[in-house]
Amino acid sequence: MKVEVCRVSETSLIIYFGHSIDLELIERIAAFSQMVQERYQDKIYEVIPSYTTLLIEYYPLKVDVQELTQRCQREADKIANSDILSSKQKTVTFPVYYHPEVAPDLQNLASEKQLSVEQVIQLHSQREYTVCAIGFAPGFAFLGTVDAQIATPRHAEPRLKVAKGSVGIADQQTAIYPQETPGGWKIIGNCPVELFNINSEPMMPFDVGDKVRFEPISREKFLDLGGVV
Amino acid sequence: MSGLQVMSSGMLSLIQDLGRYGVAHHGLSTGGPADLHAHCWANQLLDNPSNASVLEITMGNVSFLALDDILMSLTGADTNPQVDGEPIATWRSFLLRKGQTLKLGYAKTGFRSYLAVAGGIDAPKVFGSSATVVRNQLGGLGVQSGRAIQKGDILPVCKTYTNDGKPFNWVPRLFIPKYSDEVSLSVIESYQSHSFSRQAKQTFYANPYQISDKSDRMGIRLQGNPVQMDLSGVISEGIAYGSIQFPSNGQPIILLNDRQTLGGYPKIGCVSRMSLMKLAQARPGSLIHFYRGDIERETEAYCEFMNFFSL
Repeated sequence: MKVEVCRVSETSLIIYFGHSIDLELIERIAAFSQMVQERYQDKIYEVIPSYTTLLIEYYPLKVDVQELTQRCQREADKIANSDILSSKQKTVTFPVYYHPEVAPDLQNLASEKQLSVEQVIQLHSQREYTVCAIGFAPGFAFLGTVDAQIATPRHAEPRLKVAKGSVGIADQQTAIYPQETPGGWKIIGNCPVELFNINSEPMMPFDVGDKVRFEPISREKFLDLGGVV
Repeated sequence: MSGLQVMSSGMLSLIQDLGRYGVAHHGLSTGGPADLHAHCWANQLLDNPSNASVLEITMGNVSFLALDDILMSLTGADTNPQVDGEPIATWRSFLLRKGQTLKLGYAKTGFRSYLAVAGGIDAPKVFGSSATVVRNQLGGLGVQSGRAIQKGDILPVCKTYTNDGKPFNWVPRLFIPKYSDEVSLSVIESYQSHSFSRQAKQTFYANPYQISDKSDRMGIRLQGNPVQMDLSGVISEGIAYGSIQFPSNGQPIILLNDRQTLGGYPKIGCVSRMSLMKLAQARPGSLIHFYRGDIERETEAYCEFMNFFSL
């Protein structure tokens, strides 16, 4: 695998680990991201991993950029081609209430795909997903990848309001909306768990590279956990 | 505690310090002053650290009542400032006496003013910063508010004024920029620049673009000759400050302090740091020209700036 390190501004580098989405790549980028954060703590101020890239923002007065570039190239090459991956990843399970009263697109998706609602729920909840990237909004995790049978494009016109906790699908990705926001993903359930809280430590239950599972729950349990219908 | 009471808050007045760092991987924006140059001078005039919280006032038209004697400074856009009806000079420190009113008119030149108080505005910090990011609901006068300053708010001031006999400070004329409605910006080509054809780059560099009134602190939207691209999108990647992205309509957007952390539109590169400070003072309707910058020279200029203000 060929890794490319490129300067993008006076204060940032981007590292391209590949040019197509691949879950294994995400774990490698997560491992590299952790390594960089630990090693260069006081020299860099942001590390933003995504599907195939890592953006590093550094203090130009504290960093010799040629040296940082060379080191990143060397270390990234090593991680991109090693067998040992990050050992720090964890699996988090989220309860989800899959029902039309909290999921405006559940029924439509089922009929479009010629599946029963139960089958959609089963296909969505039987998989383990990888946190590929965090962005768009605070605590919003892009999870890959959903079963091809329930993959579906975004709404042509985004909704002005998607309820907090909504579980959505966009193409092969799925996600939970941490806050109420406008959004175009097709909503198939709701998760009553708080995903982004600046007063808790950690603020988010997951990092890039972690695994996520969904567990279907009843209406009763959903309400018990603080869900709103 | 002493303070400054907001009598009218203008179009958009936000508490800002240097910004919120180390949190982009949670999806949070940096925030911070759009015009770092005017922000740093406002603090420097009062011997404040550069990270002290100031008020970023867009387009002027604000007024404040001093609840105590407050040493302050005003930089950035020229807004015809007056104390109790008497004109005062900008780019210098001055004393607002208890009961006096400071009034800024509409900005004549420039877009953003920076009002600093000695010791800084005493705003709570979240993730080490008071920077207001409205779309993240963070910063400002409350920890989880993210709200712009409103009429009736009191900006708490950390330090009470004591006359220590020190003279007022002013910025040497050499360092006071002349804001203009036509601005040239240096571009560091990077990201997908190699995917833009020669003709596309020719269009981009040879034509002026006008700042749309749909611009905000997230991004400056430009209108002009569309840049034709073969590339419709890229896999979402981290967005650096000043990135110039092209949605499918070919109209450039320059991403600023409150930008989203990830994005999938093709980018030709980044506007240089020094140029971004000029851009922050260009109001909607202004004309923008781009020229190709050199990354080494731009880095050197920015380092010099950082050294000067101990950033």
